[in-house]
Amino acid sequence: MTAIPATKAAVLPKLQRDWLPVLLVPIVAIVAFPLIGNFSGWLTLTVAGLAMGMMIFIMASGLTLVFGLMDVLNFGHGVFISIGAFAVTLVVVPLATMVQADSVLANVAVLLLCAVVAMTLTGALGWAFERAIVRPVYGQHLKQILVTMGGMIVAEQLIHVIWGADPISVPPPEAFRGSVLIGDAAIERYRILAVAVGLAVFVAMLLVLNRTKIGLLIRAGVENGEMVEALGYRIRQLFVGVFVAGSALAGLGGVMWAFYRQTLTPGMGMEVMVLIFIVIIIGGLGSVGGCFLGSLLVALVANYTGFLAPKVALGSNILLMVLILMWRPQGLYPVAKR
Amino acid sequence: MAEPLLTLAGVNTKIGRYHILHGVDFAVPKGGITMLLGRNGAGKTTTLRTIMGLWRAAEGRILFEGTDLTKLATPEIARLGIAYVPENMGIFADLTVRENLVLATRERAPDARRLQWIFGLFPALEKFYALAAGALSGGQKQMLSIARAIIEPRKLILVDEPTKGLAPSIIRNMITAFKELKQTETTILLVEQNFMFAESLGDGVAVMDDGKIRHAGTMKALAADRDLQQRLLGLHLDAHQ
Amino acid sequence: MLTSLLSGDFPRSRALTAILLAIFALLALAPFLFPGTQPLNVAAKICYFIVLVASYDLLLGYTGIVSFAHTMFFGIGGYGVGLALYSWGADWGAVAAGVVIALVLSIVLSLVIGLVSLRVRTIFFAMITLAVASAFLILASQLSNLTGGEDGRSFSVPALLRPSFRLFEGQVFGVAVTGRIIVYYLVFLVSLALFLTMIRIVNSPFGRVLQAIRENTFRAEAIGYRTVVYRTIANCLGAGMATMAGALMALWLRYIGPETSLSFSIMIDILLMVVIGGMGTMYGAAIGATIFILAQNYLQSLMGLASKSLEGLPLLPKLLHPDRWLLWLGVLFILSVYFFPTGIVGRLRRN
Repeated sequence: MTAIPATKAAVLPKLQRDWLPVLLVPIVAIVAFPLIGNFSGWLTLTVAGLAMGMMIFIMASGLTLVFGLMDVLNFGHGVFISIGAFAVTLVVVPLATMVQADSVLANVAVLLLCAVVAMTLTGALGWAFERAIVRPVYGQHLKQILVTMGGMIVAEQLIHVIWGADPISVPPPEAFRGSVLIGDAAIERYRILAVAVGLAVFVAMLLVLNRTKIGLLIRAGVENGEMVEALGYRIRQLFVGVFVAGSALAGLGGVMWAFYRQTLTPGMGMEVMVLIFIVIIIGGLGSVGGCFLGSLLVALVANYTGFLAPKVALGSNILLMVLILMWRPQGLYPVAKR
Repeated sequence: MAEPLLTLAGVNTKIGRYHILHGVDFAVPKGGITMLLGRNGAGKTTTLRTIMGLWRAAEGRILFEGTDLTKLATPEIARLGIAYVPENMGIFADLTVRENLVLATRERAPDARRLQWIFGLFPALEKFYALAAGALSGGQKQMLSIARAIIEPRKLILVDEPTKGLAPSIIRNMITAFKELKQTETTILLVEQNFMFAESLGDGVAVMDDGKIRHAGTMKALAADRDLQQRLLGLHLDAHQ
Repeated sequence: MLTSLLSGDFPRSRALTAILLAIFALLALAPFLFPGTQPLNVAAKICYFIVLVASYDLLLGYTGIVSFAHTMFFGIGGYGVGLALYSWGADWGAVAAGVVIALVLSIVLSLVIGLVSLRVRTIFFAMITLAVASAFLILASQLSNLTGGEDGRSFSVPALLRPSFRLFEGQVFGVAVTGRIIVYYLVFLVSLALFLTMIRIVNSPFGRVLQAIRENTFRAEAIGYRTVVYRTIANCLGAGMATMAGALMALWLRYIGPETSLSFSIMIDILLMVVIGGMGTMYGAAIGATIFILAQNYLQSLMGLASKSLEGLPLLPKLLHPDRWLLWLGVLFILSVYFFPTGIVGRLRRN
């Protein structure tokens, strides 16, 4: 057997991990510090930003993965967030005593139950949505946008039908109300929980994507779905699975968002969609890591500017998006697409 | 003559408004390497993609061991034991060499002996096993693409222009690798424009032009007939070096 | 003469022609056929919404651009005229100044958005326009000193257009010819002129190139058309027309505010109108706008009746509740995208 001679690159090419974008998060936080002035104020805002960022990540990750894999942008994604949020009432109302109980265990159990109920509901709805609304218009972007928006309109109206139009108050369980004092700063307990949950979801996603065969298929499918099919995998089934997972994640995000806002309104999911779109554009469509970074950046910027210059809060996020696109036109972590 | 492994009969393929294949008829015998030659735009890649189900045949049949492939979806076609090595190699740049190979197997990891055989054919893949495939050179990517097609035994491998853009030394290595593959049970249908490569490896040959097969026969016969070569391909045997 | 007026783009269907003529006649004679504030409000709204929706059809139906920034231009037109009248007194000079400023702002904005974003994919562009429009909405609410914030601004219009103005003593068909009637006809005639202008645009060589681009951008590029230029021009034209619609709205309502001009629900309404009416037909905009606005105002009462009559039944009364009219329009919208991509106009033309 002839040995194929080594190529010119005799040294093993280094696996370049692209760390630069990760630095943006601490940079933004550090820059904000002198602008805010005092440590406790900065700490409060930073934790608030991180918490909000984690929640946005949970809500946005499903959308970016679905787009990366299936080339489908679900403009109705916000409705899954809303439904997840409203699903909270299905648990919190009958189990009101557990919500108000003084036991951390009971409180955590209620939250877990909310998450399970919401994710099951939104997952099932996602399956129906994919079959009935999205599948017939695969590949036609214009129709996709229109149809998913239509689905959103109808679903939002159905929320009105089922739950009514009046805002519903949903304070979080007892153990997560109020704040802890860290030095001079009052940090809300719920926000700490949100950060923990967000990190857990992120780590879980990374593990699935990098350590399992399904994750392998998803990563390969995001790059080149055709080749995955040519290797013998039924990528359609994978699509459905990812769409359902994405919808379930949106539901989970909705639950977290519900307790964060403490009020349920039918339009709450849609309101957060603009930020989510900005996040996934910044992160790079299809990239989970990019989505994570983008969420943190957007949330931190929103919180800092909300404090420093409230009138330009949303504008500052658009400015952030423009700046990042000028640096990396495909987002922080572009996914190599066919 | 033994039953051909793959038969195309009257295959017409349209892409949008473009009618690319105008009734392709030919058979690929079992075993060995059949070359599919022709100019740019003759329809060779379209033929491979149609066999693989990536593009639908508007008319005609494609019989593989008795099954009509035109009725199946790509994953099913692949599961019948057909592998595809596309023109752009189709390797997943963000995945490691190992992960690329794992995807091509039904298991969690490739069979150890088979892997050793592949490393013997393509040592670079062993060297860069844990590296992201996107960092490989062009030639190495092509090796990976071929390795992916043979990591598990297949009945038929469709290869599209494997030597495109590669240096002559690498092409020579590839010829060696394919010669070794010929010893296995696998049938290979290989699309090429490089006639030297084709002539050194091919057992059977078919020539395409304008979406139709113009000639089919043995490589020996074509190599011996310079007039035929001139008519079909507009060049001589030693033109491509 | 009719040919040149319609630029050769005939309805091509007897039913469609009949409906369009009916709409035209009813709008033209509205003050005399339906005296009373609400019907006239509805008629005027239909007029400037036809312009707004037609300008959106220019983008979506003819050029294939999905933009969520359209209400922003609508709002710019409204705020331009409204704030000018508010700040500089109620005279025609202010109106003219307001229109000019608004148009300039719209065209510059649409130019920037177009050049920056039209190179990117449909979906990117849609999201970016959504973000920009949201930012503009928030800006309008925040700059309360200038714009009146959430509450908006009321202002007076030039004397000729005020309800208190009377053109002459005596009545025509039992209706006094007040400034209200005059401003109605101003809105009606300008809307008609703008609509016919858009028909002319889409039937011109420029319009044909737009359609070619919508069909197959790659091919158009290959033939030699600089698609980005064409799409940017289309974007600017659409924005300009929407601005004019906004200006008309301001003159009619004598009020401008974020809810009535910039909200996302208006954007959704436009989408519904253009898809149900028929994308890429212009006439679809007219039909879609008419149906939608009539439904918005009159269907709800019908639904209210139906809902009351079904009282006691489990889900039905809630589904038919007048506030849920958008639910049914949403369903109609989805069905239209799937089964009638060419909308009502397409359906009528096929028969």
